[in-house]
Amino acid sequence: MGAIILFVAVIAAIVAWWLARQKLTSKPWLEEGVIGEVPGVAASPTSQAKVGLGVFLAVVGSLFVLLISAYSMRMQAPDWRSLPVPDLLWLNTAILVLSSIALQWAQVAAKHGQTRRGQLDDVKIGLLAGAAFALMFLVGQVLVWRQLTAAGYLLATNPANAFFYLMAGLHALHLCGGLVALGRTAAKVWQEGHRPDWISGRIRLSVGLCAAYWHFLLFVWLIVLSMLTGWVEDVLVICGRLFS
Amino acid sequence: MVDVTPGAVESIPAAEVADVELYHPHSWITKYVFSQDAKIIAIQYSCTALAIGLVALVLSWLMRLQLGFPGVFSFIDVDSYYQFITMHGMIMVIYLITAIFLGGFGNYLIPLMLGARDMVFPYVNMLSYWIYLLAVLVLVASYFAPGGPTGAGWTLYPPQAILSGTPGREWGIILMLTSLGLFIIGFTMGGLNYVVTVLQGRARGMTLMRMPLTVWGIFTATVLALLAFPALLVAAIMMLFDRLLGTSFFMPSLVEMGEQLSYGGGSPILFQHLFWFFGHPEVYIVALPAFGIVSDLISTHARKNIFGYRMMVWAIVAIGALSFVVWAHHMYVSGMNPYFGFFFAFTTLIIAIPTAIKVYNWVLTLWRGDIHLTIPMLFALGFIVTFVNGGLTGLFLGNVVVDVPLSDTMFVVAHFHMVMGVAPILVIFGAIYHWYPKITGRMLNDAMGQFHFWVTFVGAYLIFFPMHYLGLLGVPRRYYEMGETAFIPESATSLNHFITIAALIVGFAQLVFLFNLFWSLKKGKEAGSNPWRATTLEWQTQHTPPRHGNFGEELPVVYRWAYDYSVPGAAEDFVPQNRPPAARAT
Repeated sequence: MGAIILFVAVIAAIVAWWLARQKLTSKPWLEEGVIGEVPGVAASPTSQAKVGLGVFLAVVGSLFVLLISAYSMRMQAPDWRSLPVPDLLWLNTAILVLSSIALQWAQVAAKHGQTRRGQLDDVKIGLLAGAAFALMFLVGQVLVWRQLTAAGYLLATNPANAFFYLMAGLHALHLCGGLVALGRTAAKVWQEGHRPDWISGRIRLSVGLCAAYWHFLLFVWLIVLSMLTGWVEDVLVICGRLFS
Repeated sequence: MVDVTPGAVESIPAAEVADVELYHPHSWITKYVFSQDAKIIAIQYSCTALAIGLVALVLSWLMRLQLGFPGVFSFIDVDSYYQFITMHGMIMVIYLITAIFLGGFGNYLIPLMLGARDMVFPYVNMLSYWIYLLAVLVLVASYFAPGGPTGAGWTLYPPQAILSGTPGREWGIILMLTSLGLFIIGFTMGGLNYVVTVLQGRARGMTLMRMPLTVWGIFTATVLALLAFPALLVAAIMMLFDRLLGTSFFMPSLVEMGEQLSYGGGSPILFQHLFWFFGHPEVYIVALPAFGIVSDLISTHARKNIFGYRMMVWAIVAIGALSFVVWAHHMYVSGMNPYFGFFFAFTTLIIAIPTAIKVYNWVLTLWRGDIHLTIPMLFALGFIVTFVNGGLTGLFLGNVVVDVPLSDTMFVVAHFHMVMGVAPILVIFGAIYHWYPKITGRMLNDAMGQFHFWVTFVGAYLIFFPMHYLGLLGVPRRYYEMGETAFIPESATSLNHFITIAALIVGFAQLVFLFNLFWSLKKGKEAGSNPWRATTLEWQTQHTPPRHGNFGEELPVVYRWAYDYSVPGAAEDFVPQNRPPAARAT
């Protein structure tokens, strides 16, 4: 459970940092009238959506960190047999990186589009490429699962397999959800297609949120992959030696 | 004494409706059924929670009938008894108390108390309720599935939860885990709303330190829930895999009925870690909103500002943080490194400090207050006493050496019912009596309320106090019947008769309460907009009940904290949060 404790500690640190800036030592019973910074007006839908995504990512993060905690607890048992890493998995990872890059590109284009004309096509290309790469990744993942199953690494044969399928499956499920959001964003972009002058803040926001979610899922995937390849195992062994 | 910023009042432009985008309902369906108005969603959440809670109440009657009069009722067999226990526990903890505090009071009070038009993501908020309803329906469906609901106990410990011999092994456990998964998904949608609304949706002038403690409690509890519920989700998914796909996350290799099962190498302890990593914060997920609401009830009905507001806020945050590092105190008897036991006993007992601060502050708020013994106040006082009682037995159970002999006895049942059953439910009742006039425009009937309070409060003690004694005698929990034992005296049996009769009476009083809810809807006394003469923003709305958008044309501007009661020199004994300093008579 070390990983989740660390995760909660990080969240607690963020909360503490944020609370420390909220005048928690003020004496509200002595203060009348509108004092200091007035909240509420400054909170635009933009920041609401961003904070919303941030909180959601913390929840999803906690889900995956808990799985990692369970993984590292279970891994120490003697019957653990690690999976081989199929080559296709590296290709998939590269495709997911490309997907993230494409969305990042779309985001940058959308940002420039506020001051420059003709950026909408770039945004469209970025979104399409991002979605296409993400779909390729999903297909690739299914192929990897089929390869592993064909090679005899069934879900139930070893806990290492079960954890891999579970984590990769949950990751893919989150990516599917992301694709729905990406589809909605794309619909907005295409609706605005007849007004090609400047890109509205609404679109910039949606594209930015999609890109952030994609980067987050890429990060989660890299961690899942590093566990599969055994890097985490090595790190844990080293940590174990340090502490013992 | 008072810092008034000169000119601050004039410089604030009014916020018109136009600058907020609200979804406007077009038909009866979108207004009352698929509503995106947090107030309607709150009522939907509360009614669903109370309805499923009624099922849990009946289950507790059936359980008590068996314990009080074993063998008398032929329709209660071993299997159904375990199903009663499991469903009663799960419904009460998750589908009633969590849902009503966060989904019910959270939805109703957060936007109103903070001066917001609605939650920040109304559509997601609506989805949250419908997924919750689906979760409840899936749970109820297990009664109609072959084999009935699961009887694994509310902790659902593997391996027994998915082995044959446990009732509901066929469908019950699958439906239970699915339902929990749905609940968590639905809750996450609602929880995002509550957190972001508190962070981003407050009215102008509503600094964090001016928020009513109710909002602080619900907010902190929601943060805990968002971080803790994934642990239950992970555990539920992994157990579903074990049950349906034959994996061995939690299942060790074992022999069942002389037959070697295909499971092997799984760790039941891993499940316990995941479960309690959710399960302990869950205690505070229901306790923190109760703390917050009780603070507001006491302050309002004692006409006195809350004592030590800052300490109250800090204590809520500290309890929330600590609740993540105590989970293994539920596992003292599961076998663990003695140093871990020491660590978790230490963190557990540390929580007594912020909790005691809160109790002292409630008592000091009452001291020399102008106490009105209204129904909400009675329930709030009942909560303080009950919570202290339950908390003190927590000190017993938090110590490893004391816990080991008391574990799995009725003492534990008495402890957690006092501290996280009776105490939060008393607050839920108090809060319903307090806010019902705002929700419906009418007061709840007072005579029925008095009857309800006294029977519930005294009755709860008659039920649960003797259970401590039973536990000290060594009467085990979860047993269908005692049978012949040398160490359990005859008096335990007569005490069990007594508890059962008390439980039936207390249950009846809840029916009176439900009747009151419906009766007062039409026949209750007109409440007016602010019957308790309270300061917080929900009582300052233009209309009662508040309409969609909450505050009419202009959003309120907040000039003061939520507890300006009996301010010396003020014209009335309360100053609403949105009253500008200039308007105060000096």
